Formats: sequence, structure tokens, C-alpha cells
Amino acid sequence: MNMIETNTARHDPGIRIRTEVRSFEAASGTAVPPVKTSIDLKQVNLSYGDNQVLFDVSMKIGERMVTALIGPSGCGKSTLLRCLNRMNDLIDNTEIKGSIKVGDRNIYAADTDVIEVRRRIGMVFQKSNPFPKSIYENVVYGLRIAGITDKATLDEACERSLKSAALWDEVKDRLSESGLSLSGGQQQRLCIARAIAVEPEIVLMDEPCSALDPIATLKIEELIYDLKKHYTIVIVTHNLQQAARVSDRTAFFWLGRLVEYGNTPEVFTKPKEKLTEDYITGRFG
Amino acid sequence: MNAGDERPRRDIGATGPLRTLLRRGDPYIWFTGSALGISLLLIGGLIAVVLINGLGFFWPGPLVRVTLKDESQWTGEMMRREPIPKPGTPEHLKHHRIQLKVGNRDLLGYDFKWIDESEITARDEPRDLVYVERREYGALIGTPALLTVDGAEKAREMKRIWPELKSLIERARSDRALVRKIEKDRIGAINRRIERARLRERRLDLAAQRQPERDFSAERAEIARLRERSQEEYRRAQAELEEVVRRAAGASVTFATTSGGDKELRTLDIYRVYAANRLSFFGRLRIYGARLWSFIVDDPRESNTEGGVFPAIFGTVMMVMLMSLLAVPFGVVAALYLREYAKQGSLVRLVRIAVNNLAGVPSIVFGVFGLGFFVYMIGGTIDQVFFAEALPTPTFGTGGILWASLTLGLLTVPVVIVAAEEALAAVPQSMREASYACGATKFQTIWKVVLPAALPGILTGLILAMARGAGEVAPLMITGVVKIAPDLPLDGDFPFLHIERKFMHLGFHIYDVGFQSPNVEAAKPMVYTTTILLLIIVLLLNMTAIVVRNRLRRKYKTSAF
Ligand SMILES: Nc1ncnc2c1ncn2[C@@H]1O[C@H](COP(=O)(O)OP(=O)(O)OP(=O)(O)O)[C@@H](O)[C@H]1O
Ligand SMILES: [Mg+2]
Repeated sequence: MNMIETNTARHDPGIRIRTEVRSFEAASGTAVPPVKTSIDLKQVNLSYGDNQVLFDVSMKIGERMVTALIGPSGCGKSTLLRCLNRMNDLIDNTEIKGSIKVGDRNIYAADTDVIEVRRRIGMVFQKSNPFPKSIYENVVYGLRIAGITDKATLDEACERSLKSAALWDEVKDRLSESGLSLSGGQQQRLCIARAIAVEPEIVLMDEPCSALDPIATLKIEELIYDLKKHYTIVIVTHNLQQAARVSDRTAFFWLGRLVEYGNTPEVFTKPKEKLTEDYITGRFG
Repeated sequence: MNAGDERPRRDIGATGPLRTLLRRGDPYIWFTGSALGISLLLIGGLIAVVLINGLGFFWPGPLVRVTLKDESQWTGEMMRREPIPKPGTPEHLKHHRIQLKVGNRDLLGYDFKWIDESEITARDEPRDLVYVERREYGALIGTPALLTVDGAEKAREMKRIWPELKSLIERARSDRALVRKIEKDRIGAINRRIERARLRERRLDLAAQRQPERDFSAERAEIARLRERSQEEYRRAQAELEEVVRRAAGASVTFATTSGGDKELRTLDIYRVYAANRLSFFGRLRIYGARLWSFIVDDPRESNTEGGVFPAIFGTVMMVMLMSLLAVPFGVVAALYLREYAKQGSLVRLVRIAVNNLAGVPSIVFGVFGLGFFVYMIGGTIDQVFFAEALPTPTFGTGGILWASLTLGLLTVPVVIVAAEEALAAVPQSMREASYACGATKFQTIWKVVLPAALPGILTGLILAMARGAGEVAPLMITGVVKIAPDLPLDGDFPFLHIERKFMHLGFHIYDVGFQSPNVEAAKPMVYTTTILLLIIVLLLNMTAIVVRNRLRRKYKTSAF
């Protein structure tokens, strides 16, 4: 890629990048080892009122692997993530075009049961947001909502989820205490436990470690590594090292467009795009 | 050249004393502080006046006997002493006069008497003088002279009568309770049965008009039998009552008074006697406590100027609770719609402004609305449909505790809506998102996450509503409060809760005793004590809500993360 092209890309990213993405998709069969596709986005455009935030995003997210979304602030990572479980429905004036298929089903089809979608696609937020309820009630919230009242089932789900979230040993003697009595890192793991208690297929994480110290971060990263055996994980992060450490694939976004998407080692060591290279080497962002 | 130019230029950072003062902000502190100080002073003063006047009322002061220049004697409790105003003369405020509570209204026609000190030749505190609280005519102040039992003389003179009196009065108390029980429970129940029979007959009449061909004679005979039996029972109960009263009324005491001769009193009519001038400090304290207690737990006597205020306390508390029960759920649901479901736009904003301004509508307007809408329209319709046989006597078509509570609920619902809306708005969006992300529906999210988290704020609304509702009088006067209610709205008579009944209320009691009573001087302290009670009740209700709220707050407090 020569200098002139890069300049064009910077001044008018739209035209160039769209073609790049296409070319990547075409090449994905070879660039990315064949895995089952879990989420298939096609030509996703999203605008909040007059403000278009996502432009023609198309990507396939593989099953049981970690996909990291990176990019500068405001480029639409959270927005994209929230599209995947229709969380953007909660915001007025959101308009979305294109299709997002989970399995064989377009979750934006008119007859989709949004509740079912959200149950199958869990979410962990940037700021930990446990309910002001006991630890136990926090974890089993999704099950209770689904109408499960059997104590044994709930107990079992609670223990299993807390173990998966690597929190069980720390809280097993204080399940009836408030979820808010935990430390920040524990709260975030509690939220992860809550998300996986309903046994979703996919877990979306929006900067899950941004409010945590390095040790808590490390714990969550290990947790993500374990979780991917059972779950498809999509994670938004500003921490490039983290993306490099935990993810199998990385997607780089810029101004609402998917610039580059590929296997994490390649994106970080041999980025195809000048923009990507500039971003991961810290020349802008 | 103006003065400003001649001002010496100062170095940067240098300031004059006034500017320093303004910058440090001292005047603003004084200004704002004094505003708070003045309001606290006013409120504190009000409460102090009420407390001082109200709490002294039950204290049994010494009884004095004064002899005047004209040889007449007066006995009574010292109320106050003040200079005599004679404007324009040199005598103005020079001499003093005292006010005696002389009691014995049946003998004198008044309870209080002003006496010029210059008229007094002698003053003492006889140890035999007693203060008697009795069924009618206010207090009696005199000396026990004769005790008779069943017409026969039992004892003469204070020192022989006094030891007997204690047990007699104890017995009178239990006799009164027995009489009351027979009157209220037995005879009351029989009366209600007779009334029900009358209503059944009336219903038959109405049915007969509609279906002239049907034969109702069997039912009529049955009702006649029922009535016959009830009337028989009534006669028996009445006879029993008379017997009890006759036995109880056997003992009587004659008191010698300085103001109009002797007075004979049945012990049955005596509620409390004390020899005021023999009491030690603790004796006085005991009487004080006993009087205070009976004020709280007894029924009123003598058109509310004597006795207690229990029915009014009961009515106030029950009305406030009913009102909260109606206003809070209603207000919360309305707030839920406004905040969670309605599309936020100019219409919702308009509604919000309107709700806020409802608080400024005079309460009497709500009262008139309650009377017209609840009492006449809804109550009237209920009567036509369900209680036709009782007409023209209204059942629900007249003021009652339900209508009064509904009216006050209407009055306080804006307060609840505003508070609940704020509480709902304060629930962080992240909490809702967490719930949605778990697969919750909107309703589940509201019910399980938003409402519990908003509960402390909603309770604040309840507290404000209760404080406002408990103090309202005007709308109640036309929707169900009465001066004297024969029965409580909650009692042992099926179906126990009688929401159609009229009730008494402390706020109205204050107005009634203070301004409608024939005996203003005697009633004045009652106004203060009733005020204290009303304040305490509002305080207690609020404290309960505050304790609950704080407990919830601790439970739902958001953590540092
Ligand atoms: N609720 C909303 N209403 C209107 N515009 C929004 C809303 N949320 C986000 N946006 C806009 O959408 C764009 C993308 O936001 P988004 O939150 O997806 O960025 P992001 O990549 O997650 O950024 P960051 O890394 O800072 O979290 C921003 O320009 C933002 O202003
Ligand atoms: Mg974001």
C-alpha cells in the first residue's frame, strides 16, 4: 500500500474501506481457519436519528471463539455489540438496516422474539451493574425471569455459574449478602456469572475490564479464556494487549466502518491496512 | 472627572476589606443563615407554645379557698394571675386579679371566676378539699360530707369517708364498664337485628310492588317472629341493665361546697377524686399520668369538652392509613405510566406540570368535589342499587370514612406521583439494561428491578402525603367527619370494617372544641393537648415510614463501583 492510497483513505475512508472489507470477506475462507459461523452480519447500517453510526458492516463471527472489536472511541463498537442482542431497541429513534443472523435466524426479522434473543445472547457491561439484591438472586435472576422456581435447579445453576465465573470460592459462604458488597472486580465477575447462568450461546462483553485493576483484569481474561470452550464471545476493548491476549480474531473499526478483520496474530503483526497499523502502533487513536 | 478615577489603583491581589468580606462570602452566610434561623424560631415557638399550654393541663394544682370582703368564700384551682387593665386611670395594671377554676357548673352556671386580689381578706388551702371528675357538668370542688349506701348513712366527715371512697370508685369503674358492655354489645346487637328485620321487610315491600302476584306471607311471618324474639330479648337486656344500674347506683356521696350548698353524687358518676392539697409531688405525678392516659384512651364526654379523644385518634390514624392505601398504589401506577411507558414528549411534560400544580388547588375544592362526586354520585348510586331498602336513610350516600379517605387520597396523589416519578427516574439505566440483557420483559424489569430500587423514593412520597393528609380538616368536614361518632369505623360487629361510617378526627376535634364549644375557657387547654397528639401521631406515622425507608436504602444503596 503506497502513501497516496493511505492519504486517500484518511480523507475519504468510505469508498476505500468498503472495497477492502469485501476483499477480506472474499478471502476469509483462506485467511481464517474454517469454523462454524455463529453470527453473520450483512450490510448492517445503523443511525441514531440523523446520525449514522455504522456503515455497511458485514462480518462472520465464529462459534466458540473470542472475537475482539477494537477501534478509537466513538467508532461504533458498543453500538455494534448492542445490535447483536437488540439492546439498541431500548434507544428511541434507532434505525437499523441489513441483517444479523444468529444460527439460521435473522434476529431483526419481524417475527423475532426479542426476549428469546436476549436470553440466548448474554451481555456484560462496561460498568458492573449488579442488582441491589443478594449474590444468589443476582445470579439466578435470568432463571427466575424465565419462570424457573425449582430450588434445586436454581441452586445448581448458581453454583455452576459462579464456578464458571471463578467467583464461587470467594462468595460461597456469603451468597445471601448484597451483590453490591463485593469489590469492583468481583462485581464484574458476578455480572458474568449472571450472564452465563441462563446458558446463552453467545456472550457479549463491552469493555468488561475498563474499571478494574490489573489483577482483576487478569482474572477476567483467564475467565474469558475458559469460557470460550462453551460460549461464543464478542468483546469490545480499548486495551490492545488484552485483545491480543484473549482473542482469536480481531476486528478493527474506524468511524463506523469495519476496516480490517482477521486472525488476531495477523492483525497485530501483519496488518493489511495502513489505518490498522497506525492504530495498533499508537500513531493515532 | 468622577470619583472612580480618583480611587488609588491597587496591586494585583490586593483587596479592600469590603471586597474580602464579599469574597469570603460571610454576608451570604449571615443572610441565608438568618432566613433559616427565623423559620426555625417561628416553628420552635409554635411548638413551645403548644407544649407549654397543652402539657400543663393535666397537672393537678393545689386547691385554694379565698374569703372576700363581703364574707363570701370561693374554692377552686388557681389558673393564673394577671394585672388588671384600667386604661387611662393611674390604677392601670397596678392591681392584680386571679382566675380560679371554681368548677361546680351545675350550681354556679360557670366554671371560672376572676377575683380582684384587693377583695381578698384570707386565703388558705384546706386539706379536706377534693377535686371530683364526674360524668356531667365538669369538675366538682368541695368537701365530702356524707356517704350513703342504699339510702342508709355509712359515714360522715372527710376522714371517715375518704378511706371508703377509694374502693367505691374502683367499683364504679367496673360497673360503668359492665353497663357499657350491656348497652353497646348486647342491646346494640339486638338493635341491629331489629334494624335488619325492618330492612328485610322493606325489601319484601319493594319486591311485592314489583311482583304483585307472588305470595310473601311466609317470609313476612318469619320476620314477624324474628322481630318478636328480638323485642323480647331487648326487654330482658333492658331489665338486666336497669338492675345493674340500680345496684351500682346505690352508693352516693354528698359534697359540701362554698358556692351554692351541697351536691349529692352517685359514685357511679364519679370518674376520679383526689384531695389536691394532700398530694405529694409523686402523688401529683401519678394523677397527671393517669389523666394523660385517660385522655388518650377514653371516649369524650360532655360534647367533647371532657374525657378523652380516643375515637378521634383512631379515626385520624385509620383515615390516614386508608388514604395512603388508596393514594400510594394509584400514584405509583400513574408515575410508572408517565415515566416508563408514555412517550416522553410535550404532552407528558404538560401532564407533569398539571400534576405539580394540583398541589396548589385549595383543599376545600377537593372536599366539594369529593362531596359531589364520591358521596352524592357514587355513594348515591351504590345506595340505589344495593341499599334501596334503607332509603331514604343513606348508607353510602352520605359522608363516611371511605369517601373522606378517597377525597384526601385525591388531594395527596399528586405528591405521590411527583415523588415516585423522581424515584423512578433516579434508577440507573444500567440496572434496567442488565435486566433486559438477562431476557426480562419490560414489565418484569419494572416489577423486579425498577420498583424495588425506587421504593425508598416512593416512601418519601408516602411520608409527604401522610403529613399533608393528616393535617387537612376542611375537605373532611363535608365528606364524613363528625363531632361525635357513636361507633368506631372498625369494631367487633360483622363485617368489622365499616367504611361507610362517619368518624372523628383530631384536626376537626381541635376546631370543634376550640371554636364550637359552649365552654371555651374549659376547652382551651384541650385544643393544645389535641394539637400535641395530632403532631405526635403524624410524627409517629412518619417515623415508621422513615425507618422502613432507611432500611430499604441500606439494602438498595448503590456501591462505589
Ligand atoms: N444513545 C445514543 N443516542 C445517540 N447517539 C449515540 C448513542 N449512543 C452512541 N451514540 C453515538 O454513536 C457513536 C458510536 O458510539 P459507541 O458508543 O458505539 O462508540 P464506541 O466505539 O463504543 O466508543 P467507546 O470506545 O468510547 O465506548 C458515537 O458518535 C455516539 O455519539
Ligand atoms: Mg463503548
